[in-house]
Amino acid sequence: MDRTDHLARFEESILPHMDAAYNLARWLARSDFDAQDIVQEAYLRAFRFFAGFRGNDGRPWLLRIVRNTFYSWLEKNRRGEATIPADETEDIGSEDAIPEKLLIREADSKLLHQAIEELPIEFREVLVMRELEGMSYKEIADVAGLPIGTVMSRLARARRMLRQRLAEHPGGKEQNELQRG
Amino acid sequence: MSCSEAESGIHSYLDGELDLARSLEVERHLKGCTSCAGAYEGYRALRSAINRGSLYYGAPAGMQKRIRATVRRASRAEGGAPGLRLSWKALWVPLTAACLVLLGALPFLLRPAPQSLLAQEIVAAHVRSLMPGHLTDVLSSDQHTVKPWFNGRLDFSPPVVDLANHEFPLVGGRMDYVGDRPVAALVYQRRKHLINLFIWPAPPGPAAREESEAHNGYHMIRWTKSGMNYCAVSDVNTTDLSQFVSLVRGPA
Repeated sequence: MDRTDHLARFEESILPHMDAAYNLARWLARSDFDAQDIVQEAYLRAFRFFAGFRGNDGRPWLLRIVRNTFYSWLEKNRRGEATIPADETEDIGSEDAIPEKLLIREADSKLLHQAIEELPIEFREVLVMRELEGMSYKEIADVAGLPIGTVMSRLARARRMLRQRLAEHPGGKEQNELQRG
Repeated sequence: MSCSEAESGIHSYLDGELDLARSLEVERHLKGCTSCAGAYEGYRALRSAINRGSLYYGAPAGMQKRIRATVRRASRAEGGAPGLRLSWKALWVPLTAACLVLLGALPFLLRPAPQSLLAQEIVAAHVRSLMPGHLTDVLSSDQHTVKPWFNGRLDFSPPVVDLANHEFPLVGGRMDYVGDRPVAALVYQRRKHLINLFIWPAPPGPAAREESEAHNGYHMIRWTKSGMNYCAVSDVNTTDLSQFVSLVRGPA
């Protein structure tokens, strides 16, 4: 394959997914500066591995590289950052535990933003890919190297944690009181 | 369908991941179970809050352009390599088999590889260093600032020479990682060109002779002196690079 061809094909199929790459990196690293670094590094890696790219959709392929780049970055830069051990078998519990009258509907986006940022990485990444990228379970499973069942259970737990956090948040309660009063 | 089955079904249902039969089962359950129906509504509300929340981070302005330029630079630096890699990829299975058979002979067969691998890594490190924000960890034209900076960061002390009088001003230094070990990288400048000088300890043994090579437009000169490996890499012309190297080497 000709070098210019290779570059042109890369620019056509991989460069357009930069928003997706940045969005994922930004949510994972929780910093604009780091996310930009990670995306740049990921693009260089992607270019290096591009000869091995088969298929039509560059997005999951690129996101897998972004994710891997993020995890190596994490290992290097934040050795101390603990990720909550994801016990996949943990009972996700009964729905009754969440006071439903509390108001996800009214949660303001700042709260929601914070609640997502506070999710452990394993859950955050799955949620971001599903809700913000609109990816299918299968695509997420490919990107994260997980069985589909695990994607499903992590997503369920991520949403459950979100609802719980939003419900617990004092600001949210007040708002809810106001609404009821 | 039980509530615990419905619990996971709700999410797949919400995400449109169920086939028709399963969807109908979930719907039937939701109709008859207020607790699960409440949960479902909760998750639907969560989803619409996420959708309304402007939570998507688009790539910042300027990033697209910068990354495009970086990739193009990498493409130029790598030359025709991608095509070569493609054929290696196709040969993967037979190659693996051959490797297994030839395992005993492998160290001999692969002997030249580490050198060229190292050269590739060094060119890659050089290119990487040219990206915004990657050039230096310590920015100083003063050798007495740059040299001590490496103390405690490396298990060796790289010699840092001042060549400002010869029109190779020192720009700074940084840590880099080449050939599976941390190395010192000193950055010098020649007009608009940057020269990376990588330094790391040489294994004991006879000093390797000076070697120069060109990799896709970058020139590289490697040598060993006083127990240290040196590699200078840059896009300056070979005359300038040779002059730089002889200045760094100093009197023999």
